[in-house]
Amino acid sequence: MAERYTRTAILLHWLIALLIFTAFPLGIYMHDLPFSPDKLKLYSWHKWIGVSIFLLAIVRLTWRATHRPPALPEAMAGWEKFAARAVHFSLYALIIIIPLSGWLMSSAKGFQTVWLGVLPLPDLLSKNKELGDLLKEIHEVLNFLMLGLVLAHIGAALKHHFIQRDSILSRMLPMLRKKS
Amino acid sequence: MKYGLLPVLLLCFSSATAEEFNTLRTQQSSVTFVSKQMGVPVAGSFNKFSADIAVNPAKPETGSARISIDLNNMDAGSAEANDELGSRSWFDTRQHPVARFVSSHVTRTGDDRYEALGNMTIKGKTLSVKAPFTLKRVAGTVVIDGVFPIKRLDYGIGTGIWADTSVVADEVKITFHFTVGKPR
Repeated sequence: MAERYTRTAILLHWLIALLIFTAFPLGIYMHDLPFSPDKLKLYSWHKWIGVSIFLLAIVRLTWRATHRPPALPEAMAGWEKFAARAVHFSLYALIIIIPLSGWLMSSAKGFQTVWLGVLPLPDLLSKNKELGDLLKEIHEVLNFLMLGLVLAHIGAALKHHFIQRDSILSRMLPMLRKKS
Repeated sequence: MKYGLLPVLLLCFSSATAEEFNTLRTQQSSVTFVSKQMGVPVAGSFNKFSADIAVNPAKPETGSARISIDLNNMDAGSAEANDELGSRSWFDTRQHPVARFVSSHVTRTGDDRYEALGNMTIKGKTLSVKAPFTLKRVAGTVVIDGVFPIKRLDYGIGTGIWADTSVVADEVKITFHFTVGKPR
């Protein structure tokens, strides 16, 4: 079995990571700003990044459905393997669900999402204040859930690399692979 | 206390001919608009307005309209936009609480299609506008529908930081729907 993810999976992983690390702080920062043209711009950019994550996530999941990820090290305990798989599965789910919740929230708040200011996405919901507020809560809760999972994901990767000193991190960062 | 019942007879004397429709049915009328923010069309509405419209469907060219819109009762699509609208850089509603359209001339442009030429006053600025509309008779009323664009910056709506048309487009589309009946 392969020791590392394919180039496609690695590219998608880091691209999505970069976009999440942009959209997340942007979301935290922008929602409390006083109403201004900059706020409208930031909201649009946040939505554009979200739609981009959603599209890349679909490619990533298609890759995952058609490829087997590299095996986890034999030395890992059963619960560790289970935890790793559960976190991976949850993150795959969230990179689809979080952009969806944002898109629905935007529609419910009466703002169509127009990707990059050019491509209008259909509004699946019509304007409804209560629903918009509820979806905002959902979007927020899901994001903080993702934050927790991402921290666990990064923490586990670092623990494997620096404490266990196994090759887990090099599956996604082949440049780290030890010369043997 | 008891008052004797006085029979009241209301007689409506009107200079209007039998064919003139001149009473706005407010419940069946609306004035809405669409602005564009970051390329996204956002629907808004003017929730309080009055319209003195007099029209004879047989001769719409002789009709006239005077529309007053209460700018303190508008919805621009979001709570935070609505909070901002009264400010000086937007509508300055303290100084200019009402927007007005007064028609000067109606011309026929096709079957049931007309165009009202008139003056639009917003935020103290008066500019000439053309509003094309259709006119239909519906169950004892006359229904007037039309759409026309205005350029917000021509009226100084959204100045300063908001003048950036890449964020809020200059053009705003105004849609009107008036149902005009006879006095009841």
